[in-house]
Amino acid sequence: MLNYVVRRLIYAVPIVLGVIFITFVLFRMVQSPEAIAIIRLGPKATRQAKDDFIKREWLDRPLSVQFVRHVKKLLTFDLGTSWKTGRDLRETFISGAGPTLLITLPGFLVGLIASVGLALYQVFVRNSLLDRGLTLFAVALMSVPTVVYIIFMQAVGALGLKYFPAAGFNFEGFGTLRFVALPILVLLVINLGYDARLYRAIFMEEIGQDYVRTAQAKGAANSRVLGVHVLKNGMIALITLTVAHLPALIMGSLLIENFFSIPGLGNVLVLAIQTGDLPVVMASVYLGSLLYIASLILTDVAYAIADPRIRLS
Amino acid sequence: MTKGIQDWFAWSWQAIAKFIQDWFAGLWQAIAKFFAWIGGLLQTVWNYWLTQDLLVVAAFSFLAWMIWRGSHNERWQRAWTRFRADRSGIISLCVVTFYLLLGALEVMQMPVGNDVNQSVLDWSIEHSVGEVPLERSYSEPLATTHLDGNLGPLKCRHILGTNALGKDVFVQTLKACKTALIIGGLTSLIYIPLGTLFGILAGYFRRRVDDIIQYIYTTLASIPTILLLVAIIVASPWGKGLATMSVALGITGWVGLCRLIRGETMRQAERPYIMAAHALGQGHSMIIARHLLPNVLHLVVINFVLGFSNVVLAEAVLSYLGVGSPVGTPSWGNMIDGGRAELGRDPVVWWNLTAATVALFGLVLALNLLGDSLRRAFDPKRG
Repeated sequence: MLNYVVRRLIYAVPIVLGVIFITFVLFRMVQSPEAIAIIRLGPKATRQAKDDFIKREWLDRPLSVQFVRHVKKLLTFDLGTSWKTGRDLRETFISGAGPTLLITLPGFLVGLIASVGLALYQVFVRNSLLDRGLTLFAVALMSVPTVVYIIFMQAVGALGLKYFPAAGFNFEGFGTLRFVALPILVLLVINLGYDARLYRAIFMEEIGQDYVRTAQAKGAANSRVLGVHVLKNGMIALITLTVAHLPALIMGSLLIENFFSIPGLGNVLVLAIQTGDLPVVMASVYLGSLLYIASLILTDVAYAIADPRIRLS
Repeated sequence: MTKGIQDWFAWSWQAIAKFIQDWFAGLWQAIAKFFAWIGGLLQTVWNYWLTQDLLVVAAFSFLAWMIWRGSHNERWQRAWTRFRADRSGIISLCVVTFYLLLGALEVMQMPVGNDVNQSVLDWSIEHSVGEVPLERSYSEPLATTHLDGNLGPLKCRHILGTNALGKDVFVQTLKACKTALIIGGLTSLIYIPLGTLFGILAGYFRRRVDDIIQYIYTTLASIPTILLLVAIIVASPWGKGLATMSVALGITGWVGLCRLIRGETMRQAERPYIMAAHALGQGHSMIIARHLLPNVLHLVVINFVLGFSNVVLAEAVLSYLGVGSPVGTPSWGNMIDGGRAELGRDPVVWWNLTAATVALFGLVLALNLLGDSLRRAFDPKRG
């Protein structure tokens, strides 16, 4: 097992280096030092200020030297400071992680339960009119842009019902729930259509297997066959698919946090995009990729624990 | 003595580094200049009204040619027979065609008077319903006065009201179809050839080629899509715009297609007909072009349809982030983005947001259903 984990980690090294290289190309090579200085200092900056900036950021050094420095900095998580706020990025990201996790984690879990439930129900009434209707409903849910869901929820939940705060965030124990309820609901709706369709396909494939017929022949109730036998076997495929759309989770929370003014990672990034704060965007790309790679490795390990055959190949 | 050598080494290293740096900088500048020149040229050509008409004609001819070729292919014939029986597929195909025609009408320009061009859509609206006058500001659907009573009565009733600039929302919604189709088309033009080519190469040659291509797409895929998209657009030297957005969507989009095509090519390459082609002495390029490509093309078509819907959705998100369609372009993304502020007004301005959402929803839903139907038609067992 340890052998497998180590091997998996070694595979990740070139990919992390590749990601670092991509960030270098995007944020150092594509634009001239002059252009980067203009993004930083604005078009009206003096010659002297621009030259100082270029010198301070090593933009006048050879690319090879810059690249080595870039790799060193990213590997030691020395992410620099934000151009706009001047705050240390490490600190910014650590303080932003709490609110983000408060939304994405519950949203993810609730969403998983809801979509698995819907998919199982569809398999329960499979090939009926209801099933087809629900499939159409799932496709329709997928066809609405995220932004519209957020605007709609905000309008109905906060401005219409006046029950939830339209925006804002505050740690106040149980009261925090009022702030995160709407964002979590939005996250749930955004992913429901896509997930339910995917999971339904998995369960439909499982339902054709021999063990299902055996279980039915034994006299197991339909609900037991679905809820225990099929769900357990489908879980393995489910794990992979869940991780496969972790990026979508980040994307969803990005907009949600900005709309509901939640001081999380997504909000930091949106502000950086709108103000052209390159270090923040770069750090987000790097950290986001690291998280994704780490979660992929975790999935593979979980997968290997569940299915011993994988370890050997 | 050693000091001298050290100095000499330090000097020559610096000289070499300087040389490489200058060379690189020069190369980059040359490349940037070249692209800027190409961009300028394309802009000029694009702005000439006849070009756009010719492009539309070319696109439709290509479509017709594909259909004609497909109708002579047994596999596509069988798929068509199955597709015909699929009601939701036929309906969604009609809806998609409607949007396609709408977009084409808006892209096509015609000269009216001296040096003034008008899109065919504008022209046909003007000649069927009459001229749609420009109002001063917001007005409710079918209202007779402006939303702000001080601005006085409207020149005529508007089915879906008018927006902040006094433009008719219904006409704007129809015009925005063009933006969605252009972004979708440009993106597909980038990612479809990339994904198909790399997928087939990886699946056919395997070994080193496969390793390299797999490495590239695993690395790209390990950056969350939205972050990569935003990073490319923010960092691009061309600035924000439709072309930049399409390039970014293209770069992020080819990974999924490549993976799919690679798998299918691997499966196909082991089948007897490929072995037979080898035995007959056909070259690699011949096998790829004549045997492999036609047999994975249906996956490309399905992916194209589903990918198009993703691009249209992504445009809305990117426009909200401020890196999408330029302000002022009639696009559904911009209209939805504006809707947020408009809902906060008193009285609420809901028609702009609703019109854009419904139009976008119609296109994306139709594309999704069409993709599903195509999948079922080509692969009845797995669909």
